[in-house]
Amino acid sequence: MAEQYRYIGRRVPRRDATDVVTGASDFLTDLKFPHLLHGKVLRSPHPHAIIKKIDTTKALKTKGVKAIVTHENAPDWKLGNPPIPLFDKRVRYVGDAVAIVAAETERIAETARDLIKVEYEILPAVFDDYEAMKPGAPQLYDDLPGNILPAGDRVMGPTCAVEIVMGDCAKGFAEADAVVEGHYGYDSIPNPIPMESPAAVAHWREPDSVTLWISNQAVWGAKSILSKVFGPTVRVRTIGGACGGSFGSKVMSWQVQCYAAALSKATGQPVRVAFSKGEHIGCFVLRPATRFDAKVGMKKDGTVTAVEGDWIVGTGYYSMTTQSQVAVGCGEAMIAIRCENWNVKPKVVCTNRNASGIVRGFGGQELKCAFFPILSMAMAELSLDPFEVLKKNFVKPGGGYFWRDGVWYDYRGIDFSSAMDRGAEAFGWKEKWKYWLKPTAVKGTKRVGIGIGVHGNADIGEDFSEALVRLDHDGTVMIHSCLAEHGTGQRSNAIKCVAEVLQLPLELVSMTPGDSLVTPLEWGPAGSRGTYAILSAVINAAEDVKKKLFERAAPKLGVGSIADLDTADGIVWVKSDPKRRIAWKKALGLRTLIGSGRFDPDYSLANCVMSFVELQIDIETGKLDLIRVVNATDVGKVIDPQGLEGQLNGCLGTAGIDSAIFEETIVDPTTGRILNANMIDYKWRTTAELPAIENVVSETPIPSHRYHAVGVGEIATSPGPSAVLMAASNAVGVWMESYPVTPEKVLRALGKTIGRK
Amino acid sequence: MAKKIKETQSRSNARGLIKLFVNGQHHQLEIGDGPGKVNVTDTLSFTLRETLGLTGTKLSCDSGACGGCTIIMDGKAVLSCMLLTVECSGSEITTIEGLRNSKTGELDPLQQAFIDHTAFQCGYCTPGMIMSAKALLNENPLPTEDEVKEALSGNFCRCISHYQVIDAVMDASRRGR
Repeated sequence: MAEQYRYIGRRVPRRDATDVVTGASDFLTDLKFPHLLHGKVLRSPHPHAIIKKIDTTKALKTKGVKAIVTHENAPDWKLGNPPIPLFDKRVRYVGDAVAIVAAETERIAETARDLIKVEYEILPAVFDDYEAMKPGAPQLYDDLPGNILPAGDRVMGPTCAVEIVMGDCAKGFAEADAVVEGHYGYDSIPNPIPMESPAAVAHWREPDSVTLWISNQAVWGAKSILSKVFGPTVRVRTIGGACGGSFGSKVMSWQVQCYAAALSKATGQPVRVAFSKGEHIGCFVLRPATRFDAKVGMKKDGTVTAVEGDWIVGTGYYSMTTQSQVAVGCGEAMIAIRCENWNVKPKVVCTNRNASGIVRGFGGQELKCAFFPILSMAMAELSLDPFEVLKKNFVKPGGGYFWRDGVWYDYRGIDFSSAMDRGAEAFGWKEKWKYWLKPTAVKGTKRVGIGIGVHGNADIGEDFSEALVRLDHDGTVMIHSCLAEHGTGQRSNAIKCVAEVLQLPLELVSMTPGDSLVTPLEWGPAGSRGTYAILSAVINAAEDVKKKLFERAAPKLGVGSIADLDTADGIVWVKSDPKRRIAWKKALGLRTLIGSGRFDPDYSLANCVMSFVELQIDIETGKLDLIRVVNATDVGKVIDPQGLEGQLNGCLGTAGIDSAIFEETIVDPTTGRILNANMIDYKWRTTAELPAIENVVSETPIPSHRYHAVGVGEIATSPGPSAVLMAASNAVGVWMESYPVTPEKVLRALGKTIGRK
Repeated sequence: MAKKIKETQSRSNARGLIKLFVNGQHHQLEIGDGPGKVNVTDTLSFTLRETLGLTGTKLSCDSGACGGCTIIMDGKAVLSCMLLTVECSGSEITTIEGLRNSKTGELDPLQQAFIDHTAFQCGYCTPGMIMSAKALLNENPLPTEDEVKEALSGNFCRCISHYQVIDAVMDASRRGR
């Protein structure tokens, strides 16, 4: 019989729910600080230039201005690949930081910022990834020939995956019944745009101590990164609170944090730097751009025999994590598509635009959006049903993949086939599927099409987590974990899990703020690691403190082995004789017990989401309407039903499904300026245009998690875009070749001319 | 409405004071520079957050596109980032902090429905969503689902909490029957 749970899988209000609905949640810019100064960044109007002269005299004379930092007086702080200084003499994109002003109010800081005079020597710029690699192209860095970054990222270990090379592709192509070649891009660099713009407050206390209040997905992670930037002598404390959305983008926000730190170091006062929405969209994190020139071999039974191609990844003016995204993306391709012969060579290219960074999908979504349309061409040539092909090729027990560390992992997770079958049934795939490039229905000028995509990630067990669980003498419990709440509800789930282990009323369990001063290390809820990695560390700490409690209670109850004891609601009793019992408070006396828990990386499991989409295209206007989405997944065991629902519904926004329909960042190809860096011109889905969504969640227990669960939130966005491209192609009867599928592209594909010549 | 603003503006300017009735409390704010005063360029969202300390009203785009700063002014849902405070003198304003019963502390049924449906993820859009929905329910206590969608179509939510929000608003409406 299945284990019965008191809290796991039950609908419980989120711990922060009352704060959220009453406006009492303190997001970063809601915090009050005495003597707080405000920082405003002066940004370059040129995509590529040398700062010849910078004159801050007039700005510094403005009443209320406390400090100005430029490349001439900035601390020597660098990060990234190639390592870039916080302020450089050379600017490399429209929006690159030139100077920052600290003043008593934001208005004064803005006024003074506009009084800084800068003389630039304008350099030629390059915005296209292919152009950037050509001989004679403008060079962004003196020591980076061809603007191509060195492969690999040491964060992923000394053997970081840099490509997929295995087997013999020539042999694979010879065995294939169909060999297709294609060139697809997923390069409209959509932006995750969390609602809360990036911000930080820093308070530097000389000589070597700095506290930062941050709005990040990863709090301890930020401390770890900033410690590297500031050097070994500086003690860094990071405090995270409510984070108004991240979707990956706020895992790393070193620049905004360092702006605040540099100004605080210069003034001795706390300084807040809060980006405007324009700065957020124009100068923070974009998705990496992807183009994939590939050749795919496939047999009649859907076996993929070879994949060979060049993967060009545009990272903008520098990279923080793009090589890591390449490493994970390669692994995710292998999780989704079993194949014995691979030769996929990535190249990461710099251009004069804002940098790409972390976004849900972390490399895999990018590659897959370009790879799956090429696979589709092979399936079409062999008259294969894409559902069957994707189901057949997704990793299964007995299979495996090279992961980000360049190591082969034998997959020991579950077979997702039955979860996929349930999704197909809910969607009605078999009834609806007509054939490639055939609409499922025609209604006047409207053509209905369906498509499918799949994604899996072995990051659910990535990196390390630690937690402490403290049992106080009054019978209450405190979880020490450096976990911020960025929307997934994982802080509440940590409380749920600890209350489950200790069988306590939820209200007796609470959690420290995500404050690196009082918590052990915790990489943070990157990817979908929250459930398997973070919660496992928390659960282990709770089990450890329970053991310590039993060790104190055992002699008092006259039993020799703690295995004879059980506990609930603050009472410990002897299992064989429940009348022999002792209250926790009595067992503890005036004593605190602390349990510690750790999670070490485990890359042998993966999660999975298969998305089915149905859409309608008007062939007169070219407009695409998303009608219905079915997401199928298997999470082992649901911990938080309503949180899971929310995460899966998140498939639409944050540069997910809608990046195939209307989301894109438009960079002017002549000036390098982002033309839609505001919330009106950057398109987003409103409540008036919601498709029907159904999430079909299976629960096949995962033995290696205490409550048999794995996380899935991150990947909800990833299967959808290529599914939309497939559905759109089927609806209009022509292969759609690029994202997003705008009305203009539909009409062009249908041979209908529009607008000006 | 425009006439009223004009009247109140001239009235307030004459005395150099802005009068706001916020969440049941009267505020008289001097026009000018410095802490506690209202600069003529201050937006209502700035005054609410920075001058009155009501930070439950969230700022995101600060340009009238995202609905994060929605409050109820004289019965209508308005974008507080698009209003100058000097234009709002004489107005009655409700922010997210004012929905709770001030005497009993009891949550508004709409707030409770948001909790019951976990109608949020990161929670940054939630105050604006609730205020837009509240204005709708005040005017139309039994909206259809399409009317709810229409009323919330100016509220950006990047996590995609929309589905649970719509359920919460419909539920609150049913509970109010």
